[in-house]
Amino acid sequence: MPEVALRHRFGREGFRLDCAFGAPAVGVTTLFGPSGCGKSTVLSGIAGLLRPQEGRVVLDGAVLLDTASGICVAAERRRCGMVFQDARLFPHLSVAGNLRYGLRRAPRDATGPGFDEVVALLGIGHLLERRPAGLSGGERQRVALGRALLSRPRILLMDEPLAALDAARRAEVLPFLARLRDAARLPILYVTHALDEVDALADHLVLMDHGRVVAEGPAEALAARSDLPLLSGRRDAGVLLPCTVRAAEPGALARLAFAGGELRTTLHPGPPGTRLRVRLRARDVAVAVEEPRGISTSNILAATVAEIRAAGEPSEIFVHLAVGPSLLLARITRDSAERLALRPGLPVWALVKAVTFDHRAARPAAGWEA
Amino acid sequence: MQRRAGAASASRSPNDAPCVPGADAVSVGLAAEEWQAVRLSLEVASRSVLVSLLPAIAIAWVLARRRFPGRMLLDALVHLPLVVPPVVVGWALLMLFGVQGPIGAPLHAWFGVRLVFTTEGAALATAVMSFPLIVRAVRLGIEHVDPGLEAAARTLGAGPIDRFLTVTLPLMSPGILAGAVTAFAAGLGEFGAVITFASNIPGETQTLPLAIYSATQTPGGEAMAARLALISFVLAMAGLLLAEVIARRMHLLLGRGA
Repeated sequence: MPEVALRHRFGREGFRLDCAFGAPAVGVTTLFGPSGCGKSTVLSGIAGLLRPQEGRVVLDGAVLLDTASGICVAAERRRCGMVFQDARLFPHLSVAGNLRYGLRRAPRDATGPGFDEVVALLGIGHLLERRPAGLSGGERQRVALGRALLSRPRILLMDEPLAALDAARRAEVLPFLARLRDAARLPILYVTHALDEVDALADHLVLMDHGRVVAEGPAEALAARSDLPLLSGRRDAGVLLPCTVRAAEPGALARLAFAGGELRTTLHPGPPGTRLRVRLRARDVAVAVEEPRGISTSNILAATVAEIRAAGEPSEIFVHLAVGPSLLLARITRDSAERLALRPGLPVWALVKAVTFDHRAARPAAGWEA
Repeated sequence: MQRRAGAASASRSPNDAPCVPGADAVSVGLAAEEWQAVRLSLEVASRSVLVSLLPAIAIAWVLARRRFPGRMLLDALVHLPLVVPPVVVGWALLMLFGVQGPIGAPLHAWFGVRLVFTTEGAALATAVMSFPLIVRAVRLGIEHVDPGLEAAARTLGAGPIDRFLTVTLPLMSPGILAGAVTAFAAGLGEFGAVITFASNIPGETQTLPLAIYSATQTPGGEAMAARLALISFVLAMAGLLLAEVIARRMHLLLGRGA
């Protein structure tokens, strides 16, 4: 299990990084936070491109950095596969030459997917003879993913790999990232400030702000908290629900089963049995104290008020709703809560429109285990 | 052309060429001396580039990528030959590499190498004069190399020498090439430092510009001076055009577009 602790100060009065976190041995740990919060600096510290004033980095049982005992393994011997925002492919080498660069330098006893396997996984077989200058942004990023994976790393470090791409290119690369995550069987540290990437990829979430770790834990657990302004202060704040497709017939609403209930949706994520994670935004959930009748809303779920918490806006509150073992968040006005006399323990109905689910936020997530 | 060919056949023994230029050069056959000067210029210029290329790459890399005390001093020192009169550079070389000099004396005593008044000496003087040109061009080439690519190579397991050879060097090669060709073209015409340090000996150190100078000092040498000047001009142009063509091809190879 990767273990990271870094302290660094740039200049005397400059930016201060002071963070520590762990990550699951397999799966995606997302470092999430606003621009300039130190996420990328953390990756540089792990990769060895930046030497922090104090710190300790342990990967796969190997101590890569321990300033207390004077250990600082050189970046070229750390075996941290890094994917940069700007791909950084070698312009004088072909795509194949780029892919083989790390493979040639990997230790002989290191195991991992082979050249052909990675090329097939990322769908870059037709690009092998090309030069990076002739590739699209999305293609470049896919080659960069392959190059990092083929260096047989202990960990994959991804520094906002989609941030430089437009929406169409992001949509092109994101499924490959999910496939790579499932194939790599490696810890992946993924830096982003885009919530849809968190929703699609993150198993474990580390929230960062001003160089510090604000909270860390399983992505779904953190999304269900309303006391983390980084998440709950957003307009798209809400829970992440792991679901399985129960029925998906053309022309009809799809039915998604989640622990404690079922959602009917206009999404068509795949055939029955497909596992996915949907973001259920708090602002899309309404609360009724009596069972509503004669209403267009398709999803009316029996729930219990678990907790009521203040939201960032003084006129709004978050209502935590227990639906079986699952938790939903509803963002409603303080006024409504008083009118309905909401209090913890009160049985209520949670209302969710079938058309509210965002296509972007619902991607097959075969990799995570609930 | 015809005239020159005829003149060449007339001079059967180039060794008879007079040591004092201009004495009776007209009667001995100008073409032989002309070609000798051209050959010698090419030899001196290429040897000067060969000698200075590796140290120039090293110093350019240090200047571009390292921060250390005395960096500005080193930078100034490298550029000195651009601003100091060439004659002064020749004089300084004479002081250092003369058979009595602090470097020249041991060279002569231990290895029997004498640089003053030799072709090697002319190449050394030319190398020193063109050194700043190579360093500047190579440095520009290095500054074109994105350090991010070297960082990427590090994370892929490439050590310092490995990544220099496989990433930095290929990407800075247009700069190296530009520097080498410019230095070569400039080296063909180095005058002051060569004549001061290596003197003006036909067949040994009398390169094109020295031959032109000698011709202008000789009664009736105007035609020879004109022909040599034309050759100088053609060589320099050819060198610059060649550099441009190769640079374009290399940029294409490096995927940067022309």
